[in-house]
Amino acid sequence: MNVIVCVKQVPDPNNPYELTGDHRLKRDGGQNVLDPGDEFGVEAALKLTEAGGEVTVVSMGPPQAMEAIRRALSMGAHKGVLVSDDSLVGADALVTAKVLAAAIGTQTYDLIIAGVESTDGYTGTVPGTLAELLGLPQATFAKELDIKDGTLHIQRQTENGYDDVECPLPAVVTVTAGVNEPRYPTFKGIMQAKQKPVDQPSLSDLGLSGDDTAPTQTIAKVEPAPARGAGEKVEDDGTGAAKIAAFLKEAKVI
Amino acid sequence: MKVWVYGDPAPGSTGYKTTLELLTKARSLGGDVEAVVLGPGATEAAKTCGEYGATKVFAGDDPVFSDYIGTAAAHALHALVQEHRPNMILFPLSYDARDVASRLSAKTGSTIMSNASEFGEGTAQTAIFGGAKIVDVALGGPDPKIVIVRPKSFEPEPAGGSAEVVAVSADIPDEAKKAKVTERHEQEAEGLKLEDATVVVSGGRGLQQPDNFKLLDELAAAIGNAAVGATRAVVDAGWVPYAMQIGQTGKTVKPKVYLAIGISGATQHIVGMKSSDRIIAVNKDAEAPIFNLADLGVVGDALKVVPALTEEVKKLKG
Repeated sequence: MNVIVCVKQVPDPNNPYELTGDHRLKRDGGQNVLDPGDEFGVEAALKLTEAGGEVTVVSMGPPQAMEAIRRALSMGAHKGVLVSDDSLVGADALVTAKVLAAAIGTQTYDLIIAGVESTDGYTGTVPGTLAELLGLPQATFAKELDIKDGTLHIQRQTENGYDDVECPLPAVVTVTAGVNEPRYPTFKGIMQAKQKPVDQPSLSDLGLSGDDTAPTQTIAKVEPAPARGAGEKVEDDGTGAAKIAAFLKEAKVI
Repeated sequence: MKVWVYGDPAPGSTGYKTTLELLTKARSLGGDVEAVVLGPGATEAAKTCGEYGATKVFAGDDPVFSDYIGTAAAHALHALVQEHRPNMILFPLSYDARDVASRLSAKTGSTIMSNASEFGEGTAQTAIFGGAKIVDVALGGPDPKIVIVRPKSFEPEPAGGSAEVVAVSADIPDEAKKAKVTERHEQEAEGLKLEDATVVVSGGRGLQQPDNFKLLDELAAAIGNAAVGATRAVVDAGWVPYAMQIGQTGKTVKPKVYLAIGISGATQHIVGMKSSDRIIAVNKDAEAPIFNLADLGVVGDALKVVPALTEEVKKLKG
C-alpha cells in the first residue's frame, strides 16, 4: 500500500502572522513549521503502511518548505516531492491543486491523505479540487479511518454527529486534528531523514505552463478591521464576578 | 449578472440558514438571483428560497446527491452551469457545500475563494488574522466565480416572492458514485443549540482539566438561555465533543453575550465568535489577545471567578 501525504509549511501558528508589502503572508521569518494539521495525515499514512509500502510527502512551496518535508521524513515517511518555483508565489487554491495533481500524477499510489484545511490560509478546498483533477473520489473530514479489504472506511464528521463512509481506492481522504496522536521524530529518524530522497521537479518537468499557474485572484486592498469599542479590563480583586454579573444584567440577559 | 446560490436542503442546518442569508445579500446586487438545491428536501427548500429572492430554483430531491461525497452534486451542478452560464456561484461554508464547490472549481477552471464574509460583482472580502484585517479580493479567470461564504455574514430577510422550480436529473454516472455514506449517526446535543443561545459560555485550556467544564454548565444553567462551547485546543485534547467547538473549524456563533473563560484568543477561535454583540473575557494572562476584543475583561483565575459568578447571577435573578 503506497500513500501520498500532501503537506504544507506554515508560519508557526504560535507566533503572530505578518503580511509582506504586497499583501502576502510573510513566510521568510525563519519560524516556519510543518502545518500541525498535516502531522495527523503523516501519522495516518505511517500506520497504514506498517504492513508494507511507502509514504511519499508532496508539497508546493518556497525552497525552505524542504524543512517541512524533512520533518515528515523524520517522522518516518520514505521520500518527498517538493515543487518550488518563483512563478508560484501567490498561487491560489486552484493553482495549488493543479501543481499538486501534476506532482502526484508521476507517483504510484493507493491513497492520498491531506489535512482538512491549512492552519495559515484555511481555504479547505485544495483536496477536493485535487481529487477532481485526478478523477478520484474524496472522503472528507475523517475523524477515524481504516482500510479493510482494499476499501477505505471513514467516520466523517458532520454538524450533528458523524457518517460512516465507504470508498474504493484510490481516493483522496482529508483528516481532522485528533484522528490520531502524531509521533515525535526520534533522533535516529532525524538522522535518517537527511539521507532520504526528495525529488524537486520543475514546472516544465510536470508539463505545466505559465497559463496553468497564473493566479486568478488579486488582492485589491488590505485594511484593519473596524475596531470594537475599547473595553474595560480589570484585575480580579474578588469583585470580578460581581462586575460580570452587573454587565449581564445591564445587557438584559439575566 | 446572473448569481446562483448553492443551497443546503436540510432545514435547521447551518448551511440552510446560510443559504437564506446569501439569497438576501445576492438580491441587493441587482442581477438575476437563482438557486440550486440538491438532496432530499430540495423541492420544499426551493419554496423558501423563492421567498428569500430566488426567481428560479433548480431542485433535485434524489438521495444520490447527499449519499455520495461531493461528486454526484458536483456532476449535476456542472451540467447546469454549462447550460445556464451563471457569472457567480455562492456556497455556504458547510461540510457538504465546500466539497461540491472545490470539485466544481476543477471542472470549470474557475477561481475559488473560501471564508468570504462579503461579496459583490467579481469581488469578495475575507477577514484574516482573527478578524484583525479585512482583505478585498478581485476574482479573475473564467465564470462562474466561486465564493464560499461564512455563516451569519448577513441578516436573512424574506422578500416575499416565489420561485419557478425546475427539476434536476438524478442520472449520475457510476464514476461519480464511489465515496458512499452507508450510515448516519446523529448525536443530539443536550439542551439549547449553541447557534440559538442568547448567551454562550465557552471554555479553553485555562480551565486546566476536563472536569472543570461542569463549572461552565452550572453557570449556563444559572443564566438561562445559555449554551456551553469550547476551543479547538480542548476539543482536540478530548475534553469535550466536537459539537461544542466554536471557531474556524466548528461553529460560528453570534449571541448577545459571549463569555470566553480561560481562552487566550487564537485566530482559529476568534473567527467563530468575534461578531457577538458583547464579549466578556476571563483569563489569568493579562496579555492574552482575547482582551483586545472584550468589552469587559477580568484578569483572574477562571476557577475562582466562575463559581462566584454563578452565585452572583443566582442572587441577581432572585
